[in-house]
Amino acid sequence: MTNLQNLTFIIARAQADYARCIDDDRLEQWPDFFVEDCLYKITTADSQRDGLEAGIVFANTRAMLRDRISALREANIYEKQAYRHVLGMPCVLDENAGGVRSETAFFVVRIMRDGTSDLFATGRYLDHYEIQNETALLKERIVVCDSSRIDTLLAIPL
Amino acid sequence: MTDVANRSAATSTPGPWPDTLTRVPFWAFQRDDVYAAEQSCVFRGAAWHYLCLEGDIPEPGDYRTTFVGDAPVIVARDSDGSVNAFENRCAHRGALICLDDKGKGKKDFACVYHAWTYNLKGDLTGVAFQKGVKGKGGMAPDFKLSDHGPRKLRVGRLHGLVFGTFSDETPELETYLGEEITSRIARVLKDRKPVVIGRYTQGLPNNWKLYVENVKDSYHASILHLFFTTFELNRLSQKGAIIVDESGGHHVSYSAIDRKAQTSNADYAQQKIRSDSQYKLADPTMLQGFDEFGDDVTLQILTVFPTFVLQQIQNAIAIRQVIPRSPTQTDLNWIILGYEDDTPDQRLVRLKQANLVGPAGFISMEDGCVGGFVQRGIAGAPDEQSVVQMGGDNAQSSESRVTEASIRGFWKAWRGLMGY
Repeated sequence: MTNLQNLTFIIARAQADYARCIDDDRLEQWPDFFVEDCLYKITTADSQRDGLEAGIVFANTRAMLRDRISALREANIYEKQAYRHVLGMPCVLDENAGGVRSETAFFVVRIMRDGTSDLFATGRYLDHYEIQNETALLKERIVVCDSSRIDTLLAIPL
Repeated sequence: MTDVANRSAATSTPGPWPDTLTRVPFWAFQRDDVYAAEQSCVFRGAAWHYLCLEGDIPEPGDYRTTFVGDAPVIVARDSDGSVNAFENRCAHRGALICLDDKGKGKKDFACVYHAWTYNLKGDLTGVAFQKGVKGKGGMAPDFKLSDHGPRKLRVGRLHGLVFGTFSDETPELETYLGEEITSRIARVLKDRKPVVIGRYTQGLPNNWKLYVENVKDSYHASILHLFFTTFELNRLSQKGAIIVDESGGHHVSYSAIDRKAQTSNADYAQQKIRSDSQYKLADPTMLQGFDEFGDDVTLQILTVFPTFVLQQIQNAIAIRQVIPRSPTQTDLNWIILGYEDDTPDQRLVRLKQANLVGPAGFISMEDGCVGGFVQRGIAGAPDEQSVVQMGGDNAQSSESRVTEASIRGFWKAWRGLMGY
């Protein structure tokens, strides 16, 4: 197997785990997909194109990701809902000593308490992975939503 | 107000409006005819509406498109430096003149349908084939370009904000706002160069007025939003007040660090409000800001009737523009601001504190859904009324924020324009 195939497989596996973690509501484990000194941002394609720095979500430590989850669990009020992530094949863009950069398309269906299932978000993950011992950890994940309009609220991470 | 009276007579309003500011019939959030009347009486009536920032269109030829109620609007800076606003509607057959959100270097706008052309002030300057082709067809000889054009808005500019109004009746912007509101806009924006650092839209599943009520409602802040109270961003027992302007339509709610008094938790404990938890942040740097106004005011929420919000929550500065989409759908446009002279550290604080607001905001998230809870809750109760009685029955400024005075003020102003 070539290195590219191997990297693609390692990243695809990590992302499959990531999606299952969120969709199975094991959100407390979600920060573990990141390194401690990470960047996680949810933004829009327009903002990304225009170079606007502020995201819909912005975290530059894993502790901030943990805070997101504890806020969701303990503080924030929102109706019961769940996501179903469907991810495309990761496209490995660059590999160097610092890690691997990849891009992956996603779409997320949001399932509400009353059964309403809507296409909640489509977009792409712009990722920077650290790969050690065949395991990929996110140093950076920029979630670029295709649309600039978010319906009602974005509670569960993408 | 003749137009208002005519409209009121023409529509079948279900029952009279209650003779008090403390009751709001739920049909006001539901009816198509109310929504349609609002478009003419409020959105195209005597009120100012936020259009954009001066900084969005710094150079001649820069433009943005936005909405005033349902009406699509173009805002453009002309070669003389003036800011002009006019309907994004071709005078010919009504198509959108401009299909982009923004752009630069524009000399004129040409409708794609039949190439009717407008200058940056919204004047019709050309009609394709006006003289016909080979002497045949074309417009009648007495057709005058100057007789046609999209409706223009009056433009008001204040501390980098650009407002527009369709009505000649609207007082000048600073008169409309009054000194108290103007000075608190100045507090955030005067002599500073705001830069947009983020933009997104939150689609709200409710009538636009339910969101405006929510913004003006200081009563809910410490109850619905655990984040505020736990981190002492906005304890009601903090020093603070509500300012309601004379018209009722504009308001400021603020809170400041009370250096004389330690906040008492006892009042909260007595109410058994769930906010009183032991919740702690793993990374508290998000709330470690800097005092950029030198007045200990940690929160200032300011509204301009009907649909403009200027927010300062610590160092999270934002404009919120409320755009009604239907009786039960609203777009909330978030414009997250920094300032040109932010240091990198200050900018990072703003990026972190932006987590407080927007659709994923630790605070604002709930405001995105609570309007929908009301819209769904009242679905079978158009003739029932909400109770807006906290803090009395008037619409005046108050030292207590346990009041709904600014909501009553909104209805006072709204009823004035709607003729109720």
